[in-house]
Amino acid sequence: MLNASLKDLSSGLAQKKISSLELTKLFLGRIRALNDKLNAFITVDEEKSLAQARAADGRIAKRASQPLTGIPVAHKDIFVARDWLTTCGSKILSNFVGPYDAHVIARFNDAGAVILGKTNMDEFAMGSSSESSFYGPVKNAWSTDCVPGGSSGGSAAAVAARMAPAATGTDTGGSIRQPAALSGVSGLKPTYGLVSRYGMIAFASSLDQGGPLAKSAEDLALLLNAMAGFDPRDSTSVEREAEDYARDLNKPLAGLRVGVPKEHFGEGLSADVGKAVEAALAKLEKLGARRVPVDLPNSGLSVPAYYVIAPAEASSNLSRFDGVRYGYRAKNYRDLGDMYRKTRAEGFGAEVRRRILIGTYVLSHGYYDAYYLKAQKIRRLIAQDFVEAFERCDVVIGPTSPTVAFRIGAKTSDPVQMYLNDIYTIPANLAGLPAASIPCGFGVGGLPVGLHIVGNYFSEAKILNVAHQYQRETDWHTREPAGLKQ
Amino acid sequence: MPLTLKEVLDIAALARIGIGEAEAQAVQADLNNIFELIGQMQRVDTEGVEPMSHAQDLALRLREDKVSETDQRELFQSIAPQKEAGLYLVPKVIE
Repeated sequence: MLNASLKDLSSGLAQKKISSLELTKLFLGRIRALNDKLNAFITVDEEKSLAQARAADGRIAKRASQPLTGIPVAHKDIFVARDWLTTCGSKILSNFVGPYDAHVIARFNDAGAVILGKTNMDEFAMGSSSESSFYGPVKNAWSTDCVPGGSSGGSAAAVAARMAPAATGTDTGGSIRQPAALSGVSGLKPTYGLVSRYGMIAFASSLDQGGPLAKSAEDLALLLNAMAGFDPRDSTSVEREAEDYARDLNKPLAGLRVGVPKEHFGEGLSADVGKAVEAALAKLEKLGARRVPVDLPNSGLSVPAYYVIAPAEASSNLSRFDGVRYGYRAKNYRDLGDMYRKTRAEGFGAEVRRRILIGTYVLSHGYYDAYYLKAQKIRRLIAQDFVEAFERCDVVIGPTSPTVAFRIGAKTSDPVQMYLNDIYTIPANLAGLPAASIPCGFGVGGLPVGLHIVGNYFSEAKILNVAHQYQRETDWHTREPAGLKQ
Repeated sequence: MPLTLKEVLDIAALARIGIGEAEAQAVQADLNNIFELIGQMQRVDTEGVEPMSHAQDLALRLREDKVSETDQRELFQSIAPQKEAGLYLVPKVIE
């Protein structure tokens, strides 16, 4: 049951082979057994989850269920949920109980899904290892000495360890795809604007995008069907007709043009990852796809441009945390200015403070053109590279991350090394394109490798089609960490 | 051009983040490494390139000017650090 697909869980629930209450208890038990070891969840509230499960069972009995009714889903602690502690991995929100539901949470609630808990993450989603959480680092389910990736590391670890059948995440520079890769699960960052940002605590608003993490592409499609959709409360939410993201899963890949950017196979890519990705490309060719060399010449500048744009937006977004209306407030202060400075110094961790300082500097008078405007121009060049690539191919495929999971603590003292983890994922955020990571083998230390599939705008169904066809022919996505087997 | 310690302290003041001299020195080293990375941008000629401020060319939506929210003051204030009579309390700013 812990390994079942969402489709199977859904039909099991509809046919009354299992109740949502039983299913929810099963996963809550699994969380109880493993969370001390992995630290994947910040908040679990069994009573609340079980109440939702009972309500779902009532709905199923009345034959008013939808595909996700009764299915427990873990949510990244960046999504505000009414009456749930919502910390965003930060001390500054350590007492913040959500007064309303994020659009994503409301969508899952409306679909009858059960909130299984709130997952651990890098503070304010700023990180690639889930080590910057105020609530302690998340451990990789495959090797507890290693990081699970980040920032949605708790969600990735929870799915990898079968503590949750599915989870939500957010992706600003790779925060769904990189932890999916390092934790051996599937994850999708949709096209910018597809999933509402309402109630999703803002990091860098022109890049932030919510999406699902699960065991397979087929599961991702079901989850995205529930998550995506227009929301007038998000000013950048796109108005489009609803689509079924599972509609193309079973299309054959014959004739598919797979763009392979040489820039993502050069210096910095470790040999084990390169080998697994090459094997995956060969498999896709066997399925009828054709390799097309493409160029992303400005790809190497994505990290520098990102570390101007994202901190700039963050410094503005995070100005709301001032100890006045909600959240942590410093205990002792002389006056209002002192209260702000102490609240923010004590409430934010080192990486968040660092990024606010970078953002404040690049936006300050006299530096705007040299940094912020320059980064926006490079952002255009990067987006343009993809426009040209997609004239020649249907999807761009490469590695999600240059290495497999690294050891906890290995990169915490060197921010630049940490930032370079996202070198292959950031370009899709800057361009606003959809992209997925799916398991494609194992590298050094028996740790999972992720295959990165980038599509053109609104081509989620195509990405999921490619991923599903690959997963029909391979079993990497069905492997689970041996040490945690039931 | 590397950031000076004074610049780091000035930025922290602008960002309303209290920072001591010792921490400022550590932060200064980190920031300078990061700005060295960021500096790679200057290698590229971007003359005439239109800045891209957003992932999609969207125009802001307009809506009718009518009330769409309900009054949730009590609910929202229930999580405030300090409040009184429906107001948020902060240290006195005007004598």
